[in-house]
Order: sequence, then structure tokens, then C-alpha cells
Amino acid sequence: MRIINKEAIINAVEKLCIDTNCILNEDILNSFDSFMEKEESPIALGILNDLKKNAEAAKKRMMPICQDTGMAVVFIEIGQEVYVEGSITDAVNEGVRRGYINGCLRKSVVDDPIIKRVNTKDNTPAIIHYNIVAGDKLKITVAPKGFGSENMSKIHMLKPSDGRKGVIDAVINTIEQAGPNPCPPMVVGIGLGGNFEYCAYLAKKALLRPIGKNSEKPYLKEIEEEVLERANNLGIGPQGLGGRTTILWAAAEDYPTHIAGMPVAVNISCHVTRHGETIL
Amino acid sequence: MEVSLNTPVTREAAKKLHAGDRVLISGIIYTARDAAHKRMIENREQGFPIEIKDSTIYFAGPSPAKPGEPVGAIGPTTSYRMDAYSPELIKYGETVMIGKGKRSSEVIEAMKKYGAVYIGAIGGAGALLASHVESCKIVAYDDLGAEAIHELKVKDFPGIVIIDSFGNNLYETEYLKYKKDDKDA
Repeated sequence: MRIINKEAIINAVEKLCIDTNCILNEDILNSFDSFMEKEESPIALGILNDLKKNAEAAKKRMMPICQDTGMAVVFIEIGQEVYVEGSITDAVNEGVRRGYINGCLRKSVVDDPIIKRVNTKDNTPAIIHYNIVAGDKLKITVAPKGFGSENMSKIHMLKPSDGRKGVIDAVINTIEQAGPNPCPPMVVGIGLGGNFEYCAYLAKKALLRPIGKNSEKPYLKEIEEEVLERANNLGIGPQGLGGRTTILWAAAEDYPTHIAGMPVAVNISCHVTRHGETIL
Repeated sequence: MEVSLNTPVTREAAKKLHAGDRVLISGIIYTARDAAHKRMIENREQGFPIEIKDSTIYFAGPSPAKPGEPVGAIGPTTSYRMDAYSPELIKYGETVMIGKGKRSSEVIEAMKKYGAVYIGAIGGAGALLASHVESCKIVAYDDLGAEAIHELKVKDFPGIVIIDSFGNNLYETEYLKYKKDDKDA
């Protein structure tokens, strides 16, 4: 049994909330450079250049890259041999509270989602996904997600007969319908199989994979590559103003499913696809 | 064409702008998101909390300012959520909307009827856009936090006219120039 102090969790979550919101991951910045080499539209090139400048300014001033600092999505992988005194959920939420207040991040969470919509003023509660694994470590991944792109996400409960083409068409249609709304260039997370809620979880999890790293499963890698190519043929371009750079990356995760179904979830994200992790 | 646009913008001035124009906006503009729009429309019989005639409304909710800075990150939010309210505000005199993403046909019809433009700011460039804001203060609906109406004094705030008062719409024309057919689709 290994004891992990509650404060260590709070501090880790606080730091991850601030860092992920103010420092754009290198893999995304590097992908800008490779897309700029291929981009044909002068307006698109100007926008991509501005997004690079924006990331530099944000990092230098430790100001959020985007004002929508999102709802905090936290993945916890807890080893079976770990013991945390008190509630892990409370510790994660306290970390989010401190991160959003101390980091001058925007508080965008409202309670009573339908009628009153009152701001909770500290961006809690977080959305927390727990996974119990072997070992004595605790892995915390923080992935704050803005809603301009979240709102463009979709679940398609396809039939088995729709096949591979049906899957790719569903993903491409979702990207095309999103158009300029989610601040393209987008990053696209795809969840295949499982059931209604699990495919959405897989799509979110796919967004944690760095740009440039395809799935190790050959059939998923092929789907990712085809989505990347077809999406960038749509012409939507940065901000929907035309160009070759509509999505920076597509990542897919899968899980076995039921004989009657073929769920496909598409989690649309923008270039500010934030994620960071710490292992305690 | 690059145009310096000083606020307030009259309907006549709005009609001189064309889709594709790059604008640098200077003067006073106001932020309003979903909740502020809803409240303005619900209470419009009692008057608006800001001068709506010739106004520029920026669909945005900034992150909090760090000590010593005028404002936090301040990029645009997705505009379609304001579609239910914008036609009425245009009728009352709003002439410029700044946001990102598609607008409904009702909004575009109101823009054509009264003379208003829709300008796109770069979504996701909140830190860069903040450098064009000289001052920021809450002038209405304080209780809404980030969604309160903020009065911003901006200098050369960059944008592109996406939809003009004639209904020309870059979102409908530009992607076609770069669209490619899929090889095996």
C-alpha cells in the first residue's frame, strides 16, 4: 500500500490547469509549420501565423491561449495499491478551483444547466474519469475543453452494414457541418465501438494522443489517414475562410461493440487542444 | 482592402464595408454573449443598458485580467448562439457584430434590411487580440461574471468582414476555391 497525500493531487491539478491553458503543446505548434508549407491560401497563412504569434504571447505572459479556458476534464488512473486519505474527487475539484482562480482562467461552468444557469464561480465541478489499474502510481491527466468546438461534436449510432465508408462519411460530415464554428484548424477525436456513452469517452480520450502519432492498430491508422486527407480536401481552411488546413490531426480509439451496433463518436476540438499529465 | 473603422459606426458607414475587407477597429465596443443578449432582449421595453444605436457588439467573454493588465484573453465566441437575438438588436440600431462562425438567414436578412455587418475575429487568438484592448470595464449585468457587458476601448482591433450588408458571405464563397474532390469517394 502506498499513501499519496491529498495536497499532492491538489497541487498537481492546479498546475496542470494553468499550464495547459497558457502553454500550447509543442506537437501542435510543430504541426502549424508543416501545414504552412503546404497551405495555398494567403489568408490561411496569415491566420496560422497569427495563431503561432498568439501562442508565443500567451506563453510569455502566462495568459490563456484562448479566453474559453474550458470545462476541466480530468482522467485519473489509480493504481490498486494506492491509498489516498479523503476524497480524490474533492482533491481534484480543489485543484481545479485553485488553478482557475490563481491562474486568472475564465470560470465557465454553470449549475442547473437548463433554467437558472448560475455560474459556480470557480469552474467546478470538473468532469472526472476514473480508471483502476495495476500498480502503486496515480496518473493525472488534465484536458480542459472549450465549448465552441465541443458543441460541434456528434454521436452517430450507425448500423453494421454502414461499414468503414459509413464511419468515415459520418466523421467527414460532422467536420463539414461544423465548418467555421469550432475555430478551424480542428483536431478530431474519433471513438469507434463500445456503446452510446463509451464511444464518446473514447473520442475524448483520442484527443489526448499527440499530433503525429497514429494508432498502433493498422485499420485505425488507415481511418485516421483517410479522415485527415478528406477533411483537408473540404476547403474550409483556418477560421472557415478557405484553405488546405482544416484539421491538424485525427485520432481514433476503438472498443468491442454489440452485434447490432456500430457507434461512432466525433469529438471536435480546436487547435487549442489542451492536455497535460503528471504521475504521482 | 484594408479599412480603418472607427466606432460608433452608422448604418451608412456599415453599408460601405464589403465582405473580404480587412478592418482595424478603433474606439468603444461592447462585449455581450448569450446571457447578456437574452437579458437585453427581455428587458428592451425598459431601454438598453448601452447605447444600441450605431453600436459594435463583440461576442466575447474575457478571461480575468492579471494584475496591472487591462484585460485577459479575449477572442470571439461562436456567433450562432446569438442568432435568436441579433435581428432585434439590429432593428434597434446595432450596426457591427464581431464574432466567429455561421449566422442564420434571419440575421443576414436583418443586416440587409437595416444595414449592418458581421466581422470575424480570429477564434482562438485570445492572447493576441488582448493586445489591442486599451481598457476594459463592466458597464452592465455585473452578476453574469465573464458574461457581463464589458465596455472595451480598442485600438486597431483586427478583423475581416465575413458577411456584408448586401448578404455577401465569405463562408459560402471561400471554401469553394480550395475544395478538392476525393479520389475514391
